Amino acid sequence: MGMKSHSFRQLQADRSLSKQNKPVDRFLEITDSALELTKLNQRVQSSEGENGAAVIFTGNVRLANEQTGLVGMSLEHYPGMTETQLNQIIDNAISRWHLTKVVISHRVGYLMAGEPIVFLGTAGLHRKECFESAEFIMDYLKNDATFWKKEHLVIDSISEERWVEAKQSDIDSIKRWQAN
Amino acid sequence: MISITVLFFASFKQRLNTSKLELEIADRSSINDVCKQLAVKGEIWQQLFDQPKEQVKIAINQQLGSSESLVANGDEIAFFPPVTGG
Repeated sequence: MGMKSHSFRQLQADRSLSKQNKPVDRFLEITDSALELTKLNQRVQSSEGENGAAVIFTGNVRLANEQTGLVGMSLEHYPGMTETQLNQIIDNAISRWHLTKVVISHRVGYLMAGEPIVFLGTAGLHRKECFESAEFIMDYLKNDATFWKKEHLVIDSISEERWVEAKQSDIDSIKRWQAN
Repeated sequence: MISITVLFFASFKQRLNTSKLELEIADRSSINDVCKQLAVKGEIWQQLFDQPKEQVKIAINQQLGSSESLVANGDEIAFFPPVTGG
């Protein structure tokens, strides 16, 4: 009986240990070279059994109908502040969901149509926390992180530049997280 | 008097043709005072700071601030439009 009781306590201790927040594997980069999607995917998805799920999101320079003539985009950021803000967003996500990994890579400089602008990966025990935290991180990244996009267009052989304006839908997207 | 560094990003930098300047300003000045002092530099400066509040974002030492925030000697102040990353 004594042995059993000890084993039970030991099991409980192990369980509570596994619930404690181990340091989350965090990777954050802001780069002016093309995102290395294969490497980034691997960084999120490699697991020795600690991840039950991983979610990956990429945002790309798109050629939508209303943007015919778009040839590329350039991205500017506020060095130092952007990294601090992204780390704060990751901290907030980690405090809300039990995650094992968060990977963010964001492009700056000139990008061609179709190129990825941002890569985000979250890994954790279950899919729900990975999906939710990925949405949370992207919603806050779009609202808070000091990046600015400028579109480069060629219309009737004339080159144009246009700063992208913030969208109300992005501003609204964080309301649901504030309500919870 | 105190001295501060003022940074501009994205469309603001382009409109003002300025990314960075050093400014001497009275002790205990607020961001509002900084805006007033910059607005007299010319019409485009005035137009920029006349925009609705939500169109002019402010950072003090790389943390978001407001027009009422006070500035201190050596502070890095930044003005920029709403962000559009991701």
